[in-house]
Amino acid sequence: MEYVSPDVLAKEADELIKTIDPSALNPKSRRAIPLQEMPSQDPLVRRNNMEEVALGYTESQVKLEAMRCLQCKNAPCISGCPVSINIPGFIAAAAEGDFEKSIGIIKESSSLPAICGRVCPQETQCMATCTVGKAEKDVMRSVQIGRIERYVADWERENDKIQVPEVAPSTGKRVAIVGSGPSGLSAAFDLRKEGHDVTVYEAFHKNGGVTVYGIPEFRLPKKIVEIEIDTLVKMGVKIVTNFLVGKTRKLTDLLEKDGFDAVYIAAGAGLPKFMGIEGENLVGVFSANEYLTRSNLMKAYDTANSRTPIYHAKKVAIFGGGNVAMDAARTAKRIGAEEVHVVYRRTEAEMPARVEEVHHAKEEGIIFDFLTNPVKILGDENGRVKGIECLKYELGEPDDSGRRRPVPIEGSNFIIDLDACIPSLGNNANPILSNSTPDLEVNKWGNIVVDENNKTSIDRIYAGGDIVLGAATVILAMGQGRHAAESINKLLKA
Amino acid sequence: MNKIIRKIQLSDDVFQMEIEAPLIAEERKAGQFIILIVSEEFGERIPLTIAGADEEKGTITIIFQAVGDSTKELGKKSEGDYIDSLLGPLGKATHIVKYDKPVVCVGGGIGVAPLRPIVEAFKKAGNEVISIIGARNKDLLILEDEIRAYSDEVIICTDDGSYGRKDLVTAPLKEICESRDPAEVVAIGPPVMMKFCALTTKPYKVKTTVSLNTIMIDGTGMCGGCRVTVGDETKFVCVDGPEFDGHLVDFDNMINRLNTYKHQEEEHNCRIGLDSKGGEK
Repeated sequence: MEYVSPDVLAKEADELIKTIDPSALNPKSRRAIPLQEMPSQDPLVRRNNMEEVALGYTESQVKLEAMRCLQCKNAPCISGCPVSINIPGFIAAAAEGDFEKSIGIIKESSSLPAICGRVCPQETQCMATCTVGKAEKDVMRSVQIGRIERYVADWERENDKIQVPEVAPSTGKRVAIVGSGPSGLSAAFDLRKEGHDVTVYEAFHKNGGVTVYGIPEFRLPKKIVEIEIDTLVKMGVKIVTNFLVGKTRKLTDLLEKDGFDAVYIAAGAGLPKFMGIEGENLVGVFSANEYLTRSNLMKAYDTANSRTPIYHAKKVAIFGGGNVAMDAARTAKRIGAEEVHVVYRRTEAEMPARVEEVHHAKEEGIIFDFLTNPVKILGDENGRVKGIECLKYELGEPDDSGRRRPVPIEGSNFIIDLDACIPSLGNNANPILSNSTPDLEVNKWGNIVVDENNKTSIDRIYAGGDIVLGAATVILAMGQGRHAAESINKLLKA
Repeated sequence: MNKIIRKIQLSDDVFQMEIEAPLIAEERKAGQFIILIVSEEFGERIPLTIAGADEEKGTITIIFQAVGDSTKELGKKSEGDYIDSLLGPLGKATHIVKYDKPVVCVGGGIGVAPLRPIVEAFKKAGNEVISIIGARNKDLLILEDEIRAYSDEVIICTDDGSYGRKDLVTAPLKEICESRDPAEVVAIGPPVMMKFCALTTKPYKVKTTVSLNTIMIDGTGMCGGCRVTVGDETKFVCVDGPEFDGHLVDFDNMINRLNTYKHQEEEHNCRIGLDSKGGEK
């Protein structure tokens, strides 16, 4: 796909919309409207800055894209959304240009629309079930639900229309939430609305969890996260930073000593996975979490101001194919690496990263080494990374995940010279809570075991998000937060 | 925001601070550490061992050497000032046992600070405690009285012989291993010192515990930056440690990893603190 400048996209949309009579639209003419591409920063410019890559639709674009929606009576998209947003509803309002109504509909179900509109994997959720995409036999040609969501959320913020949702009269009940990431914040939103006194505990010095330490500024500006969190604070949610539940206070002490009536654990995943290959502790090997936290939370990219250093490497390899791998690769490029490889043992088709992110990474010059896997990290005489030895793979029979299993080709070893590598292979469960809470049941991977109501083995304690699911997505974590909040609401009403 | 209640300068560049942190004071145990940020906006997260705490006053004590940018900035703070962020207590507590044989606590330089609560805990558990503390010279030796208060015997070493024995701490440690058959040795100090303490005790098969201070960001296991090779395994200092079996730690790798940003920091330092002509301000 060729890069098209925002000006051209805007002009095309402005001209097209003049030719459309919204009252005369039928399924056929709706399907004739071209999919609206997301305007973005020029790839050659953006790889030298940290600013947001996707710039957001223009008003004409958002209306056109919204008009592509067929308004299906059975709304299959809603079932694809973990928090069940009334998608046809908010899209119809956007098509009419009633953005205030549109964002109001989203906010009935989601507290973080400006975040979700940017980082949700729409193509595997709401867009995957969209009738337009089905008809076009291409999920990427579905109605661009997330882009419309983003537009109306941004419109609300930029026009100072953010309304603080109404809060029910105080119930006198208190709920503690462990972690201020998407899951914790969603639960806080739903619980506070019901009138409970909600306190969120965050171990870092800034709120937002993975949205501030993990997801880079160029994909999700911190300011947007801050403003969405600010709405929660205005609703009366208390947030306490620099507080590690399990260490600063034992989990059960929140109930027994501090008088909370219930706890929701949304602590996130926590421990980066490594591959267990030779050379993994050499200087120049960083987990994606470390690399991204340095850059995002500690602003290490701002070398003039930040006290936190980040490793300057000329040639960098990222191991893995998820969104975090894309974020790390694109960050490395921005920090000044001349050559950045994404080394992935399957093919592009199996990559878990969002299509849009892979596309952006390619535009920015990231090199993809598919069907390749590192077997050894090579160090120089000073114990610093100087290269990786890799093995070529081919695809064999499908495995349990339904994806074709990558099989190493013996003797295909080859070396890539580089000076840093960033394993980005997901996370294991963090042991801090389970170690300090003997009665908390965890499975063999250390993830907290919950029932269908997200309740843990301890009364009044619930859990959800990555600490239960393993590493998932922002919206899945939010879905769990909402579900747990519903259970806690029932418990506190009883 | 945590208020600095008291500040004492222990030597040229070593400071002791008592900081308001009631919950940490209540929960902390010997061997644990905190992470602080002097000023949040662009600050660095620095891990520091908790050198003591007063549960009633709700304060903890830290002792640090002003060596890098951030610790220098911390050293400039005064009583009544605030530290933007303070998280803790982190890491596992020291495993304190009552032995029939003596426990030897070895501290070098600033490492005497984290050693102090461990000496106290071993003593309070009813052990015979022999402490060996060392520094480059007399002026750099810290916490002698505090260590004496909980030790049955204290041996002091200085590199230049300005106080105590003119020896490295490993010399008396070797003698004690030979003559007293200690149950456990705890060694805390510069990585090289810990490495050689572990090498000293190894032939005598004396259990040797070291406390590692590696590069860290979050201190909760999330970043993995603190990882060390222990035996054949990769361990995270922040959640698996900070204390490990000194005979199993790959000190050379750890020392290498500590130097990850050395070059960049030198570059950084040589700009900050210099005037436009390149001289020191």
